Amino acid sequence: MSATFLGMPATPPRSPYGTGNLRGDRKFPAAAHDELRNEQLRSNLGRATHTIRAKRLHVTGELPDWEELRDAGSAIKTDTMNRLPELLEELERNVTARGGTVHWARDGVEANEIVARLVRETGSDEVIKVKSMATQEIGLNEHLESLGITAHETDLAELIVQLAHDKPSHILVPAIHRNRDEIREIFLKEIPGVDPSLDNVPAHLAGAARAYLREKFMTTKVAVSGANFGIAETGTLSVVESEGNGRMCLTLPDTLITVMGIEKVLPRYQDLEVFLQLLPRSSTGERMNPYTSMWTGVTPGDGPQTFHLVLLDNGRTAALADRIGREALNCIRCSACLNVCPVYERAGGHAYGSTYPGPIGAVLTPQLAGMHAAKDDPNSSLPYASSLCGACFDACPVKIDIPSLLVELRHQHTEQSGTTAEKLAMKAAGAVMSRPKVYTAAQKASRLGRALARDGKLPALPPPLNGWSDSRDTPAPPKQSFRAWLASAEGAAAMREASAEHTRDQQQEDGK
Amino acid sequence: MRIGLFATCLGDTLFPEAVKSTAVLLARLGHEVVFPPGQTCCGQMHVNTGYQREPVPLVRNFADQFGDASIDAVVMPSGSCAGSVRHQHELVAERYGDAALRAGVATVRAKTYELSELLVDVLDVTDVGAYFPHRVTYHPTCHSLRMLRVGDKPLRLLRAVDSIDLVELPEADSCCGFGGTFAVKNAETSTAMLQDKMRNVTSTGAAVCTAGDSSCLMHIGGGLSRIKAGARTLHLAQILSSTRTSPYVLTEAAR
Ligand code: SF4
Repeated sequence: MSATFLGMPATPPRSPYGTGNLRGDRKFPAAAHDELRNEQLRSNLGRATHTIRAKRLHVTGELPDWEELRDAGSAIKTDTMNRLPELLEELERNVTARGGTVHWARDGVEANEIVARLVRETGSDEVIKVKSMATQEIGLNEHLESLGITAHETDLAELIVQLAHDKPSHILVPAIHRNRDEIREIFLKEIPGVDPSLDNVPAHLAGAARAYLREKFMTTKVAVSGANFGIAETGTLSVVESEGNGRMCLTLPDTLITVMGIEKVLPRYQDLEVFLQLLPRSSTGERMNPYTSMWTGVTPGDGPQTFHLVLLDNGRTAALADRIGREALNCIRCSACLNVCPVYERAGGHAYGSTYPGPIGAVLTPQLAGMHAAKDDPNSSLPYASSLCGACFDACPVKIDIPSLLVELRHQHTEQSGTTAEKLAMKAAGAVMSRPKVYTAAQKASRLGRALARDGKLPALPPPLNGWSDSRDTPAPPKQSFRAWLASAEGAAAMREASAEHTRDQQQEDGK
Repeated sequence: MRIGLFATCLGDTLFPEAVKSTAVLLARLGHEVVFPPGQTCCGQMHVNTGYQREPVPLVRNFADQFGDASIDAVVMPSGSCAGSVRHQHELVAERYGDAALRAGVATVRAKTYELSELLVDVLDVTDVGAYFPHRVTYHPTCHSLRMLRVGDKPLRLLRAVDSIDLVELPEADSCCGFGGTFAVKNAETSTAMLQDKMRNVTSTGAAVCTAGDSSCLMHIGGGLSRIKAGARTLHLAQILSSTRTSPYVLTEAAR
């Protein structure tokens, strides 16, 4: 073999097993079993998702060019993924030229180390944070805490989740599973010096959070943020939010550290025109979100004087290497697919065990972290956590065909699973049903089921079908299949009579 | 028109009445209905459960059975099977098939229709001369709605039915929770979805919940029967084939 042979290109690494928040501790059906019994969660989720759905439909319906916007968003993202390496290098050049420093993190572990080092260099043992999924994905807060650095979440819902030592259950509404009585309890217990007479009026709860957070904004020297978009052409970063807490974090501290997934890059500044229309309308159902912050490197005398951008891979290149699956990287995390998903609406976000729940999470999580990393990997259940109803595809502002991606991941799963009972059954079914004679014989054999039936219904079915028969009756097989009927004298007579009826109708028409 | 009828494995084996109604309806409208006897299954369950190699012989058999140029159109009383033929056979053929299969799949795909599409788009009828004097609500199954985009075609057909009392189903476009093997693998989440669907069906006071897909109807009907909801499911074709001279005899559903 010649010395220049470099071997097959290795599969790009996924998020390392056992790190970050991209894998639950059990499979979806087991986790959903418990969540389905949480009445509070189900009613909160039902109410919230229905409200957001209606708002979204209203503000997307009023735009005459909504479909064209979706097409544009999809095209820009697809173009971005097709030339991701060059765009990232362009982004790095432009951020550096404007006084920022760019760091490349292969995975969450590296990103956590980089951020921790940068925080330490400032001498601070506290950071304030803008809501960020990337840092949740890699478990940054936990990592910082293990080093004695306290991270304060400043988004109201994230703050509630953090104070409750909980995990977010929704991309956009992380505390959707909590009601205001619970929030009051959490605040009374966790916010130092809070007024003990605090009641459950939303404005009062927000006031308590505000007083607590203002103090943090004024005294903390370092902030960590995520980014919704990074513009290659100019080196501009952008955060889109509702509360203004993000704006405070992005402007008040001395040092800003932004952790951005590499798929968030956009080629041109002009592309924001499309995404700043798509994102708020799809996510909160607003025409425009209240705060859109943009910054480019460092501006002397204005805002943070030290800016670091950490570009995070953590399995994204592995997703990009998948010809069909890469479409999932087009996601702009609007959460529209979650809000329309009937499975998410019932089971809730925690059942997915990942920072990314719902339809897109069921695709993205296995792509980033793998689904065969251990025996019975919980992530292998995620692609099956969908009835493939397609509501997500219709809602997605960048037209990601999520049902097809789920089917693709199911296929990847069965291909990697070796021989299973299910695969043998599928093979057998395929073999029977591709031989009409054998198929007809099997059909006849199914009539035997009639012997077991009572009142025309089959009794409870054995595993793995017992879940079905727990809540649904199964009709007994009919006396005769369609094909047997058609071949019978009765069937032939019925078809002859139907044709004759047409002829009679024709004659009547003609006779008129 | 010479119409190839695909009974679907579920329709042929478990729900033959819906297929009989389809055949009778099309004959009554003056068309020649042909039933290629070698037909079996479209392979939808395989693909949706993650298997793409195993259904190759099924996809090939389907293309062989219906590829004949003398068949003008292929119809099936199932939105999800039509969706599978139109959207998944290509995928299977691309990945695991040969050139002949790819060509065969493309030919059949172009002439495949779900029942309401065939009636409204191809045969250009909305009033099929049906008579059904009962309260009915329509569930637009997910694959008919979002994969095939049948839109309001089934409703236009139903509105033209003589004496029908058609009532709107609240949250009609929500999935009933079937999803093939989803109802087995995630039975509890599926049941939670089914419960909401049944609540919406019973809130209409309809005697019949209809749809264009026997699989979803098996799911909803199985649930309604279990809770003795006083309503039943019936395939769209069975309503459309009911006439004044030979009306569908609706028996009281268990309460
Ligand atoms: S997949 Fe589409 S709908 Fe879902 S969060 Fe991403 S962009 Fe939004």
